[in-house]
Amino acid sequence: MDQQSRQTAFRVKGLTKVYDMGEIQVRALRGVDIDLYEGEFVVLLGPSGSGKSTLVNILGGLDSPSEGHVFFRGEDLTLVGDKNLTLYRRNHVGFVFQFYNLIPSLTARENVALVTEISPDPLTPEEALTLVGLGERINHFPAQLSGGEQQRVAIARAVAKRPDVLLCDEPTGALDITTGVVVLDALERVNRELGTLTVVITHNAAIRHLADRVIYFADGRISRIDLNEQRMKPSEVSW
Amino acid sequence: MGSQVIAIGLVMGAGIATFVMSTGLIDSLGETRRLYYEEFRFGDVFVDVKRAPEGLARRLAEIPGVRRVETRVTVGATLDVPGMREPATGLLVSLPEGRQPELNGLYLRAGRLVEPYRENEVVIGDAFAEAQELGPGDRISALISGHRRELEIVGVAISPEFVYAVPPGALFPDNKRFAVMWMGRDALEAAHDMDGAFNDAVLSLMPGASEPDVIEAVDALSRRFGGQGAYGREDHTSDMFLRSELDQLAVMAIVLPVIFLVVASFLLHTVLSRLISLDREEIGTLKALGLTDREVAWHYAKFAAAIAALAAVTGISAGAWFGHAMAGMYAEFYRFPALHYELAPWVLATSLSLAFGIALLGALQAIRRVMRLRPAEAMRPEPQPVYRPLLLERLGVAQALSPAARMILRHLERRWRRSILTCLGIATALGTLIASSFFLDTIDFMLDVQFNRAEREDVALALIEPQSLRALDDIRHMPGVMRAEPYRAVPVKLRLENRTRRLAVLGMRPGGDLHRALDRRQHPVSLPPDGILLSDMLARLLGARPGDVLTVEVLEGRRPVRQVRVTGIAEQYVGTAAYMDMDALNRLILEGPSISGAWLKVDGAAAGTFYDAVKRTPAIAGLSIRAAAISGFNETLAENLIRMTLTNIAFASIIAFGVVYNSARISVSERGRELASMRVLGFTRGEISAILLGELAILVLFALPLGMVIGYGIAAVVVESLQTELFKLPLVLKPATYGWTALVVVGAATVSALVVRRRLDRLDLVAVLKTRE
Repeated sequence: MDQQSRQTAFRVKGLTKVYDMGEIQVRALRGVDIDLYEGEFVVLLGPSGSGKSTLVNILGGLDSPSEGHVFFRGEDLTLVGDKNLTLYRRNHVGFVFQFYNLIPSLTARENVALVTEISPDPLTPEEALTLVGLGERINHFPAQLSGGEQQRVAIARAVAKRPDVLLCDEPTGALDITTGVVVLDALERVNRELGTLTVVITHNAAIRHLADRVIYFADGRISRIDLNEQRMKPSEVSW
Repeated sequence: MGSQVIAIGLVMGAGIATFVMSTGLIDSLGETRRLYYEEFRFGDVFVDVKRAPEGLARRLAEIPGVRRVETRVTVGATLDVPGMREPATGLLVSLPEGRQPELNGLYLRAGRLVEPYRENEVVIGDAFAEAQELGPGDRISALISGHRRELEIVGVAISPEFVYAVPPGALFPDNKRFAVMWMGRDALEAAHDMDGAFNDAVLSLMPGASEPDVIEAVDALSRRFGGQGAYGREDHTSDMFLRSELDQLAVMAIVLPVIFLVVASFLLHTVLSRLISLDREEIGTLKALGLTDREVAWHYAKFAAAIAALAAVTGISAGAWFGHAMAGMYAEFYRFPALHYELAPWVLATSLSLAFGIALLGALQAIRRVMRLRPAEAMRPEPQPVYRPLLLERLGVAQALSPAARMILRHLERRWRRSILTCLGIATALGTLIASSFFLDTIDFMLDVQFNRAEREDVALALIEPQSLRALDDIRHMPGVMRAEPYRAVPVKLRLENRTRRLAVLGMRPGGDLHRALDRRQHPVSLPPDGILLSDMLARLLGARPGDVLTVEVLEGRRPVRQVRVTGIAEQYVGTAAYMDMDALNRLILEGPSISGAWLKVDGAAAGTFYDAVKRTPAIAGLSIRAAAISGFNETLAENLIRMTLTNIAFASIIAFGVVYNSARISVSERGRELASMRVLGFTRGEISAILLGELAILVLFALPLGMVIGYGIAAVVVESLQTELFKLPLVLKPATYGWTALVVVGAATVSALVVRRRLDRLDLVAVLKTRE
């Protein structure tokens, strides 16, 4: 794909993150530079502790770097403060985690409505749930849904606000392959139909085939970036 | 967890403290009273006569069961205290020449007893001595039976018959204006024209003697000497007050500790249950590694035991401290040689067992759960909580609720047992506060009724002897008197079936404006032209209803026995009373128009000259001054009531804080993950706090009306248990009291909620979301 024709969503410059764990200092990121583009599907691959999650947390406004800058559409996220980071998450970012983190006391529809009620231009909860193929089970509580269904509710909840970026940390980590494929299908569809920049962290190398770009992490640095000429469909992937 | 341990420890500690304080006080007060009565030979039966020769004493001593008889002369006096404008009232009691009385002995605080045959020497009561800063060597001027005497104070003393000394007919002590004094028998006989005679006898009984039989015999013997009816300790004013105090303490010793301990037990239960849910996997692992059920359970039992130990230590020391403070306060009202708060070993032992027993009770269910948990099952995570739509939603209402509101309500509904108990806990805090504050309203109300509606006279003037109506003219012509309404008081024994009461019937003129009998709505009751009006407590004691016919045995003058119909019931909160039309009363006792005194309206500007005139008038036995009674109350009781109320506010706040704090902490623990998710989704700190605090707000909101009902209920029970012949406490709760007590509880809840909210601000979003529930 022609990356030059796309607009830059994130510009990451010299990003460093050091966790102070008492006597030991853990350097989770050691100077990362990367640009991410509107609408692309990015997969982050790498061993545990290589810095993928730290990068995604900083991109999502959940954490702040020790050094360096992150620009989102030209605005430096490292300078905006906690209140504006909350607003940034509210208006621009969707998250999907390994453990779905649904609100157990709300039905699928209500879990999504929680977000649509505070968003300026959301999908309806029904639309969001239909997008992930859950139109039928909208009045079920999380405890009444399977793991894959719960994760799809989480995706619907993340995309219902029409986010500019969808950040997914091990979205299929807790799922078997069949369910995992359904979830990936949902992610792929959101990326395609809504044009959302989608960043997926995974341990599962097979998923790299879905991406426009695959960014490899090792030891807090980007070790390699691959471009996929041809993206596969989730149903074509096997692991 | 540490702060929760402290919160529960405080609630439990407050329970232990109230128990230690009140049982310790009951013990100390009861034991002090017993020793004092025994050592200073407090009498068992008392009788006033008009005038009896010493020969009667010998015959009284011959009554089977009587051990000793002490005869005395008692006289009322008007005192002129230096530096005080209004006259004080004195009660002079004779002392045998040169020795302690055989009964009702004196405990000397300072100085000495009266020397034999020194006619101007007196020993004065210590309450009056303290209030007026008088002591041995000081002098005081008294008008005794029409004669002015300069008295020299030689000693300061107390006596078991005046442990609680209130002016005649009053509710609260007035130490500045009421003095008990002891004087040589000879001097008092001479002053009161009682040579070789007495007007007051005290009897002690042999063990096992029948008091009613002795009283009957005494009455039979004393009747012809103007006997006013003998009575036992049960009807002795001082002992009656003391007993009613002990009764109050006994109620307090049960009600408050029970409330606190039950709440503490519930809190411990919820905290331990949550702790065990959190530790589930560790419990499984420890068991899998080979620890026995008991060993694991012991770990949690220790947690409960630590709280119990904390509560026992703080509760016992705080209780002992409060006990000392209360004993100091009691010493102002109840005059004992020494009143020390002592912590009896049994109180200590009971407090310890209460603390550990309650802790065990609270921990029991949680520990059982630990014992039952199988390792394999425990190591699996707890199944996801199952929620359902709200009952309201299933019924088709509440469709318009926002998701956040649904989160709050469904959580409350799913944990309905805990929600109800938490709500009850908060309600209990409010209830206790209301129940311990209603006294303020009640006393306020009683004072208002007493002084603004019933007894509106500035001064009640009592004559030494009943006099003809001419005396009323003399009174009207005293300087400063603007209005005078006469009364006649006649000592009688009222009888209905086998129930009898002794008291003075008050004869009044119909339509009087100063002193009135009131009905239930505090409107004046018009006096029937004949027949008798009873105060409700008196009616209750006699079992009398309107229309019943009482036997009235007059205890003075020609002592006729007559039948009188009860024509109505009057509401009265202090003491018992019977009212009649004055003319009807005079006819009943077979006398012409006569008065015992008058109620007066006095010109404030001329009060000084009025008081001077009273001090010079021999025929006047004494005054009760309304303003003095009110200020006497404010000086003594009001301050203590405020102190008590502040203590109660502290106690209730402890409960409210403890319950709300624990509830909030458990919610944070249970819902931290949800709330963190919401932060990630873009909800602000304020928005997620609203969910947590909204839940608490709903619980508090429901708790408020419930607490008001509970408070009213407890107050009603307390009021009912404190009804004595001395006071009929009305249950009065002003809207303002509901208001401020609710504010205290809401305040305590808000503080604890804000403390917990600070934890929400520190939620580690990433860490919460990366772990599996």
